[in-house]
Amino acid sequence: MMGPLLAVAPQPIQGFFDLVNLLCEPWLFFTLTMVVFFAAIYFRRTLVKPPVALGILIASVAAILVSFMSPQFKAEASKPDNAPIFMLVYITGFCIWLAFWQAVKNDERLARGEKPEEYEVGKTRLHVWPYLLYIEGIVAAFVLAALFIWALSLEAPLEQAANPAKSPNPAKAPWYFLGLQEMLVYYDPWIAGVVLPGMIISGLIVIPYCDPNPKGLGYYTFAERKLAVTTFLFGFLIMWVVLIFVGTFMRGPNWNFFGLYEPWDVHKVLSLNNVNLSQMFWQDGMGKALPAAWWQREWPGFLLILAYFAVLPGVIMKLAPKLYRDLGFIRYSVLVVHFLVMLSLPIKMYLRWSLNLKYIVSIPEYFFNI
Amino acid sequence: MANIGDRVRQVLDEHIYKNVVWKSVFRHGFPDTDRNRTLVVLSNVFLHLHPAKLKGHAVRMRYTWCMGGLSFFMFLILTISGVFLMFYYRPTPEYAYSDIISLREDVPLGMFMRNVHRWGAHAMVLIVWLHMLRVFMTGSYKAPREFNWGVGVILLKLTLLLSFTGYLLPWDQLAIWAITVGTNMARATPGVGHEGPLTSMIGIDAGYDTFQVVHSKSDIRFLLLGGSIVGPPALLRFYVLHCVFLPLVAGFLMAVHFWRIRKDGFSAPL
Repeated sequence: MMGPLLAVAPQPIQGFFDLVNLLCEPWLFFTLTMVVFFAAIYFRRTLVKPPVALGILIASVAAILVSFMSPQFKAEASKPDNAPIFMLVYITGFCIWLAFWQAVKNDERLARGEKPEEYEVGKTRLHVWPYLLYIEGIVAAFVLAALFIWALSLEAPLEQAANPAKSPNPAKAPWYFLGLQEMLVYYDPWIAGVVLPGMIISGLIVIPYCDPNPKGLGYYTFAERKLAVTTFLFGFLIMWVVLIFVGTFMRGPNWNFFGLYEPWDVHKVLSLNNVNLSQMFWQDGMGKALPAAWWQREWPGFLLILAYFAVLPGVIMKLAPKLYRDLGFIRYSVLVVHFLVMLSLPIKMYLRWSLNLKYIVSIPEYFFNI
Repeated sequence: MANIGDRVRQVLDEHIYKNVVWKSVFRHGFPDTDRNRTLVVLSNVFLHLHPAKLKGHAVRMRYTWCMGGLSFFMFLILTISGVFLMFYYRPTPEYAYSDIISLREDVPLGMFMRNVHRWGAHAMVLIVWLHMLRVFMTGSYKAPREFNWGVGVILLKLTLLLSFTGYLLPWDQLAIWAITVGTNMARATPGVGHEGPLTSMIGIDAGYDTFQVVHSKSDIRFLLLGGSIVGPPALLRFYVLHCVFLPLVAGFLMAVHFWRIRKDGFSAPL
């Protein structure tokens, strides 16, 4: 990773760093990414235009070059194992653009009552030899060359020999699991490390069975699959890619949250004043002491969770009656439970940031905390 | 100069395509006719992963992004570079780290092969994600391809597990602590992890005391690591999973995955 090497960034750039650090409050940063996400979908017709997309690309490259003037950013970005993060951001960004560029074109065609472009192009049938095999061979050669250049220019990391007595701070999982590690801030390991990863897998597997929309098979489109595409991209980009980015660049010693350019101070102290829902309800709300028995103490939390998973499916059913009719009870339940579990992550995040809520249900006796 | 191409063709026809050895291996002539172009694909077990003909859009890079093929290509590169690394690597704490050092210091092309393997693994994770993204964005998981999407999700999971198990093998600080962080989650598995919910309810009441069935020496994390910390047995287990078990499962599922694409056809607008 190359970049301008300066000991101290010039004044205006330092101002830019300070501004970005200011925006890197967890709630603000996350809210901004969501605003950008939904705005990008809304303004997709403008954003897919090649000059606009190119402008964004150039601006982002410039921002990264400037970022390398920050010693903290440079230190993290230069770690060899973080190189894939840049590829993740840029190649995923390019692919999303490519998909939407074609989707917007097809949506215009569909609006005019024409068939999608893929349908027209698909009318010609081509021999796999030579038309496809040449592409495959050339692409394979380019990718192999790129991999060799990468392997020649960047050495795989090798740190000190394993020492179980000496733990690094922060201790991080491999980059592709940093989204899960980030979830650990908001949920206990049994949810963040076991239930959520399991439900990501099961949720992905059930997508075809829970998408009743017959349209949009075999071509890029947004207009015909608004809900499906938005939900999937929200999960992939916000709940996965952004969390990986946060876990890589914004989680420092003791897994504290740091601004993008903020030096990682090992002694950064954050007030840990998180409280459980039971404490809020019994102590702050009722002015009583916490009941001793867990089932007495935790019923408000259980009620809240029950309401979330029992009432909201009904509300969604009222809002989208066709979805329920198309799917039937079982498939509708599977879909809605997965959807609500996915949504529970940002909900818990915002509850933490706004109310310092630690657990909705807390039964440490049985390691059962939600 | 009567067309060099025609002259080359003539020589090939006379000396290659009628040659006994050529004809014993390849069952087609120069691929410039429909018949021979079809035979190129149909008479080759590897190329026969493809159909003989495809609809135009399915050939275009802007549609496929080449990500599915590249996932498989990465798997092949990782298999080849991985076999090379296996010649020089012993999965025990006494040797593992020093073997990586000697790979760097002593083995010709050792560091290069290690770099190819490591960066290839990272790239494969990314490529598989993008393959899934492409299949989603074109709605290609819809009927009749629901099952194959599910197989693909399992293959994605296997890709992550392959990368994760390989992460431990250099046996350096980066490796054991990343794996420690990753496997600590298993402690909390409901019912089968010793710090998981419900686990403490599973006990045998002996009257004077309750014996925990699932504790730190008998839970799922212990099974995974062969111990209660990331130690020598964990290194051996991850090595075997990484080099033998997971690639076999992945290979098996890839066969299913590719075969189903051929049976269901490449996704196309109706």
